[in-house]
Amino acid sequence: MLTVSGLACARGGVPILENLSFRLSAGAALVLRGPNGIGKTTLLRTVTGLQPPLAGQVDLAPDAVAYAGHADGIKAMLTVTENLRFWAGVFGTKDLAPALAAFDLERLTDRFAGTLSAGQKRRLGLARLAVSGRPLWVLDEPTVSLDAESTALFAKAVQRHCAQGGAALMATHIDLGFEAESLDLAPYRARLPEPGADDFDEAFL
Amino acid sequence: MIGVLRRDLALAMRAGGGFGLGLSFFLIVVVLVPFAIGPDTSILGRIAPGILWLGALLACLLSLDRILALDWEDGSLDLLATAPIPLEGVVLMKAAAHWLTTGLPLVLAAPVLGVLLNLPVPGYGWLTLSLALGTPALSAIGAFGAALTVGLKRGGLLLSLLVLPLYVPSLIFGAEIARRGAEGLAIGAALPLLAGISLASLAIMPFAAAAAIRVNLR
Repeated sequence: MLTVSGLACARGGVPILENLSFRLSAGAALVLRGPNGIGKTTLLRTVTGLQPPLAGQVDLAPDAVAYAGHADGIKAMLTVTENLRFWAGVFGTKDLAPALAAFDLERLTDRFAGTLSAGQKRRLGLARLAVSGRPLWVLDEPTVSLDAESTALFAKAVQRHCAQGGAALMATHIDLGFEAESLDLAPYRARLPEPGADDFDEAFL
Repeated sequence: MIGVLRRDLALAMRAGGGFGLGLSFFLIVVVLVPFAIGPDTSILGRIAPGILWLGALLACLLSLDRILALDWEDGSLDLLATAPIPLEGVVLMKAAAHWLTTGLPLVLAAPVLGVLLNLPVPGYGWLTLSLALGTPALSAIGAFGAALTVGLKRGGLLLSLLVLPLYVPSLIFGAEIARRGAEGLAIGAALPLLAGISLASLAIMPFAAAAAIRVNLR
C-alpha cells in the first residue's frame, strides 16, 4: 500500500532523516519509534504529501491517506455531529454512526466541540479518520490526552481498520497492546553537514 | 466544496464568528465622517462616493486574516490540504464565504449610509452596483493575502501591506463609477474595467492562494 524508498526529509531547511526505506502492506500497522526531534512528525507529513521529500520516493495510491496531526481540526462552535458531518462531506461519505460508536461519542453528539474535554476532543479528531473512508491512516501521537479506556477503544478501531484491509502508520510511544511492526528511526538520522560546507546560497538565507 | 462554504457561513454566524465586524466598522466610519468634515451638505455630497468606497474597503480588510488563520491554528488547513477536494476550490469557497458575510452586507448597507453623507439621488444605484461588482475582488485578493501570511504570528499588518496595493485598482474604478453616477455623468469604461478586475481576481487568486498555502504548510 505504501512504499518508501531512499527517503530523506528536512525540517526548517535542516536535513534530519536520510536513506529511509520501508514498506507497509494492507492489513498491517507500523509504529514509528525514536526520541523527540528524530523526525517522526516530519516523516509523517512527508508521507501525506504536506511537504516534499529532499530525496527518495513515496509511492502511494492517490487519495489514500487520512492524516491526523497534533491538532484535531475541530471547530469549537460546531457540535460534534456538525464537525463530523463536515469531514464526511469533504471525503464524500455519509454514515457517521459507526465512527461515533467506535469512539464512544454517541452521548456527546449535540454538544459544542468547544465544551468537550481534551480527551473527548481527541476522540472526535480520531473519529474523523473513520468517516474519511481512506485506507491508510497516518497518525501523529494519536493517544495524547486519551485515558486507558479510550486508548483501548482507539487500539480496537485501528485493529478493525487493518482487518478490513486498511493500514496504519503511526508515531507513538505507548504500547497499544496489539501486534504491530515497529520501526526505530534513530539509525536514519541525517549526518550533519560539515561546518563550513560550501553552500553559497545558504549563507544568504 | 459546498460543505466548506456552509461550514464557514455557520461559523461566521455563531458567537465569536466575527459576522458584523466589518459592517459595524463601516457604520462607524461613515457616521463619524460628517462630524469630522462639518455639516456642509454640498461638500459631503461630493466626497460621499469616495468615503463610502474607502469605508467598505477598510471594513473588508479588517476581517481578512480570519479567512485562513483560524483553520491554520486548529489544524483544519493541514487536513483540508490532504482532503480529496482541491485546495483551489477550498480557497474559492472561503473567499465566497468571506464575501457573503462581509462584502454583501456592506453592499446592502451602503445605500442606507449614503443618506447620512447626502449622496446625490442618481448615485445610489451606481454606488450599489459598483460595490456589488467590486467587493468580490476584495475578498478574492484578500484570500490570497491571507494565504501568503498564514502561519505567521501577528501576520495582520503584513497582510494589510501586501493586499492594499492590489486593492487600489478596484478602489479607483469603483469610486469613479459611484462619483460619476452621483454627478450624473456617463459611466464610461470604469464599469467594464471594475468587472474585469473582479473576474480576473476570481479566476487567478484561488490558484495563487492555493500555491501559497502549500508552501506555507511545509
